[in-house]
Amino acid sequence: MTQDLPLLSVRRLGKSYGARTGCRDVSFDIHAGEVLAVVGESGSGKSTLLNVLSTQLAPTTGEIHYRMRDGVMRDVFALSDAERRFLLRTDWGFVHQDPAQGLRMTVSAGANVGERLMAVGQRHYGHIRHTAVDWLGRVEIDAGRIDDAPRSFSGGMRQRLQIARNLVTHPRLVFMDEPTGGLDVSVQARLLDLLRGLVADLGLSVVIVTHDLAVARLLSHRIMVMRHGTVIETGLTDQVLDDPREPYTQLLVSSVLQV
Amino acid sequence: MAANPAPALALEAVGKTFTMHLQGGLRLPVVHGVTVRVLPGECVVLGGPSGAGKSSLLKIAYGNYRCDEGHVLVREPDEIVDVATAEPRRIIRLRRTTIGYVSQFLRVIPRVPALDVVIQAAVEQGFVPDDAATRARTLLARLNVPERLWTLPPATFSGGEQQRVNIARGFVADHPILLLDEPTASLDARNRAAVVDLIREKKDRGVAILGIFHDEDVRDRVADRIVDVTRFASAA
Repeated sequence: MTQDLPLLSVRRLGKSYGARTGCRDVSFDIHAGEVLAVVGESGSGKSTLLNVLSTQLAPTTGEIHYRMRDGVMRDVFALSDAERRFLLRTDWGFVHQDPAQGLRMTVSAGANVGERLMAVGQRHYGHIRHTAVDWLGRVEIDAGRIDDAPRSFSGGMRQRLQIARNLVTHPRLVFMDEPTGGLDVSVQARLLDLLRGLVADLGLSVVIVTHDLAVARLLSHRIMVMRHGTVIETGLTDQVLDDPREPYTQLLVSSVLQV
Repeated sequence: MAANPAPALALEAVGKTFTMHLQGGLRLPVVHGVTVRVLPGECVVLGGPSGAGKSSLLKIAYGNYRCDEGHVLVREPDEIVDVATAEPRRIIRLRRTTIGYVSQFLRVIPRVPALDVVIQAAVEQGFVPDDAATRARTLLARLNVPERLWTLPPATFSGGEQQRVNIARGFVADHPILLLDEPTASLDARNRAAVVDLIREKKDRGVAILGIFHDEDVRDRVADRIVDVTRFASAA
């Protein structure tokens, strides 16, 4: 039954750079509507993993299968170019920590959102603009800013624009790399709340890489703790955070300052 | 004791030991061999002093703490799920449909107003937004949360106010099993009475309740049985 097939299925995935290991022997499934947080410190391999999952890097070992919209599980590294483009432009999203990496900084906010729609074949200007306005509203950007370039936006606004650009094509799977990193705490709270609402409303599946356990607790259903390129502990988010089993996870959890 | 009706929730020979790796692998045995069965419509209260493992047992039943030994069997209409071994997404589904939990403290989410905190809990169980809102308003009113606070995030509320939002969130849906961790601890007499009424209504509708109540008066008014957790203390 399609309903019970995972959306993404990862098996024994590894990526090494010569003798150096990025990540190794990573296996997990993600089902529709599930949010998986990958946590760990810098150098734990979590960003490498995200880049391999989103096919930006080729894995050294292992396999990734994705359930296409026709319900068939396909090896993402064996797709045709057209199929791969469909995934990257439509069915998947990627939210970078630095919005400048995910946005075109010199074109208007409206064009940033509209571009992804045009990439999937929409041509009607009025419709595209209407959809762009709608999405700016959903990410709490005033419609009056639609013709401004993101260069003139604050960090929080840029990040919200990047999210709108990603979600406008109704992707089913979104990768996020430290989406709240580098933002002021109050801006972070607003963004997290927005993300939480969007993820729930749209039933998105998300793989979110973060070193912030509070972000993981707020957004994710499951956690994968990585260290030195391997997954050392995995489980229900509140279980891993409240009853961590591995020494390293206990260290991570106990290192968070309580306010 | 009636042996016939099937329990809604059964802890079978549950044991828990914490291993503190940052303290040189210190092992803290909490409980061992805990068997507690709760029937529909029954309220079983965990008794014993602080540190006996009462809260840990509720957390194990909710899947919040890992269950090291034994089983936590939750009855659903078409199957029995063992929380001790279930996949994370199965536990998430159980929490949505079957097991409600009122923690000792509300974990506040920035920016979300009190009313929405409660509504969301009902929506998650499948109530349409209008019905969820009606239920949420009714509960907040019964718990004497002033209406002017409903549109504010609970972060700035007093402990008692936060706790009443927390209780509303736990009671708003129709979970057949409720786990209550000292829901009345920071409440005055009027609000304790409101919570007692809510608990009795849940029982009348067949909800199985496993709870911790330090307040003797509340305990006497809701408990069908008290299980003393000290008899399951691990031999350290």
